[in-house]
Amino acid sequence: MGEAMAVDTKPDPAAEVLERARTLALDLNLTEVKRWKAENPGCLAIGHMPIYSPRPLLEALGCLPVGVFGGGDEIDIIRGDSYFQSYICHIPRSTVELGIAGHLDCLDGMVFPSICDVIRNLGGMWKLLFPDRYSAYLDLPQNFDRDIGGRFYAHELRRIASEITALGGLALDPERLRVAIEDDNRRRRAIAQLDAARFATPWLYPASEAYLVVRAGSVLMAAEHADLVDSYVALAGQRSNRPLDNVRVVLVGAFCEQPPMGLIISLERAGCDIVADDFQHGARTIVGDVVLHDDEDPLDTLAFCFLDQGIATASRYIADDEKGGALIAQVRETGADGVIFAAASFCDPALLDQPMLEAACAAVGIPFTAFKYSENTGQFQVIREQAGAFSDSVKLWGDTSHASLTQPSPTEQGVAR
Amino acid sequence: MSTTTTAAAATTATPSLKDASQARQKRMIADHFTDLSTAKEQGKKVVYTFVPGNLTELISALGMLPVLPEINALQSGMRKKSGGYIAEAEKAGHSEDVCTYVKCDIGMKRSGNIGPTGLPLPDPDLLLLSYTGCFTFLKWFELLKQEYNCPIAMLHVPYQPDGVVTPAMRQYVVDQLENKVIPLMEEVAGRKLDMDVLAEHLGRSAQAEDDLCAVWESAKHRPSPIDGYFGGVYYIGPIFTSFRGGEDCVAYYRELRAEVEERIALGMGPQTPIGQLDDQKYRLVVEGPPNWTNFNDFWTMFAQEGAVIVSSSYTRVGGLYDLGFRHDPSDPLGTLADYCLGCYTNLGLPSRIDLLEKYIKDYEADGFFINSVKSCNSFSAGQLLILRELEERTGVPGGFVESDLVDPRYFSKSNIDNRVQSYLQMLEAKRQGGFVAA
Ligand code: SF4
Ligand code: SF4
Repeated sequence: MGEAMAVDTKPDPAAEVLERARTLALDLNLTEVKRWKAENPGCLAIGHMPIYSPRPLLEALGCLPVGVFGGGDEIDIIRGDSYFQSYICHIPRSTVELGIAGHLDCLDGMVFPSICDVIRNLGGMWKLLFPDRYSAYLDLPQNFDRDIGGRFYAHELRRIASEITALGGLALDPERLRVAIEDDNRRRRAIAQLDAARFATPWLYPASEAYLVVRAGSVLMAAEHADLVDSYVALAGQRSNRPLDNVRVVLVGAFCEQPPMGLIISLERAGCDIVADDFQHGARTIVGDVVLHDDEDPLDTLAFCFLDQGIATASRYIADDEKGGALIAQVRETGADGVIFAAASFCDPALLDQPMLEAACAAVGIPFTAFKYSENTGQFQVIREQAGAFSDSVKLWGDTSHASLTQPSPTEQGVAR
Repeated sequence: MSTTTTAAAATTATPSLKDASQARQKRMIADHFTDLSTAKEQGKKVVYTFVPGNLTELISALGMLPVLPEINALQSGMRKKSGGYIAEAEKAGHSEDVCTYVKCDIGMKRSGNIGPTGLPLPDPDLLLLSYTGCFTFLKWFELLKQEYNCPIAMLHVPYQPDGVVTPAMRQYVVDQLENKVIPLMEEVAGRKLDMDVLAEHLGRSAQAEDDLCAVWESAKHRPSPIDGYFGGVYYIGPIFTSFRGGEDCVAYYRELRAEVEERIALGMGPQTPIGQLDDQKYRLVVEGPPNWTNFNDFWTMFAQEGAVIVSSSYTRVGGLYDLGFRHDPSDPLGTLADYCLGCYTNLGLPSRIDLLEKYIKDYEADGFFINSVKSCNSFSAGQLLILRELEERTGVPGGFVESDLVDPRYFSKSNIDNRVQSYLQMLEAKRQGGFVAA
């Protein structure tokens, strides 16, 4: 199949917002964070690694939460490689590089959530490499009972809150936390709208753009990010691009180390509409609104939503649900024709998960293909050919009878238990 | 986990000193696998679980038999079967990038699940996912859940990023044991847990732990009567695996301690694949799991140059008894929680470095050596920083090689041998006041 990008000769109504998103998303110098700190003197910026960190808590403490996704293909690794053996994924080495090179100096601290042993150990390395800066390991629960895992997790959140307060953040205040949770709900609704628009009309909302728009939120407060997403959805919706004869795919496995932009664009050019993905999974970890209750401490609410509304992903234990069930549901809900498994090389969570997800797809006849990448992969030709061949074969022979074009509400997407 | 080795003794060309403890360990292992092969006929329930944070006392107090897939994998490595099993798993779609223990286990299952003594292993009645110190465990048992039709009990053990067990962490583990893990185990076992029986088992564990500590401490003597890494993996077999809390385990460590004390009195070094190592030129601490496919080759590289390993982190994956932990029969669930929380790979990187530094100093080591294992992010991510920090803090040189646990493709014998030799030459040059670049 040939090149398959939506082409429109009129000026793009979303060009400006998209450019802003691009600048925010890919700026390794964190200019926006520095600007925010200058505008909010005395306030802290706290970085966090993938996948999920409770950003509303950080906001309630008066901090700007900053998603850190490594250096991508934008930074030369000079010293980071000397800290990691060749068989370890790329994101920790580029993150160390960013730290040593001073790109993260504007951050007052870092949170390392429990996603895998690499991020876990990186958290320990950080303490040694940057002893003067705050760093915390956040143990996300793998027991999903409110009285057990919920209690533990709420305690973890309170611990981190008191440490950040001691560092110079605001004291934990329930009212401020309620506002932050509501702001995050607004952001989540905006992203859900974007996701719904993507799978309804992917020719208006390419994944490579949605990627930037969502990732821009890494350096924005939730309310501001919600505005940005809303305006992108509204403006891109005014485009007059025409549908293309592309296959619709769900992309899975890229939740932590991010693929280079060129790779996402290559997949699109190979004829794939990526109608759902797990890039920056943290922005979508919680499904639906977090409902506040008058008689519940909002910090507990924040903890419980992770248990009750957390989406299935490789670093989350799937207790009773069918493994792969959430992926199959997502394929059906987004009307996808197939799945692309795209995992970072040496990514244990993604690569150990993959055979189970592939088996689930195979069992119900969903076509799939798989490849590995690194955040600094520079050659996309092979992947592009593979994706092109996949797209062709799905079009020619794929059984797409399971696909439906109905739009689910965003909250109907697979939720793990 | 890259763990230990009960049955190492059953399967390999082991050192030649025929101690009573060694004979006992062999018998214990043989009996255990015979029991397992007839478990279904005997109506005994079988629990698959992991070594770090294992709940052996709980399993045996409920009359069930443990199977440790990590041990099966390492034994497959020693028996030169792992390469085929890994190929089998990769053919079935498992990535070449992930932990080879997992692939070895899955390949072994698909090849008939024959245990190290040649007898078939029974399917599990329960998968006890003690999620301690290694993310891969979680995925491994999700994968096994696809293979077996049995329930799974999850015990999430929080990580110790700052080397501290907080009351909330401990409570979380106790809550899970009390409300989730034990009820499911009781259901599978078909009987209620008798806390007095559990306490008896825990009391016996503490006795064996005392004796094991004395064995570790013996390496402070010169010559060291033990090898605390290659030889050490034999010593941790019973206590880290299926036997802790049993009478045999107590007897094994009592015998082992007596034998080691006798060796000290006689000025004897440990047995190695090339004989007894009395002339010990270098005392080393080792970080990282061993390679199992070429275990004796690897040991020989050190032994032939007179290097004895006086302590290692790997032999602490199933418990840091030498830092003072003992199972406490007066608080059964609390002590199980403390045990799980305290395993080596559950410690933050700074605590791991502190511990290795302590070993280097306490055991008066001339150097330390890291075997970095491709399979194992839990151990390996951060080891290059460990190397730098330890060199800085202790002033003793570190050596570094890369291999794998059970994938023979990643053990490059000549390359590793060269590295070991040049490292030991550097130690020698340093000792003589000269300098040789590593
Ligand atoms: S890419 Fe995978 S293995 Fe690497 S840090 Fe992220 S989750 Fe861990
Ligand atoms: S990753 Fe390491 S600790 Fe985990 S199972 Fe594999 S070898 Fe063991």
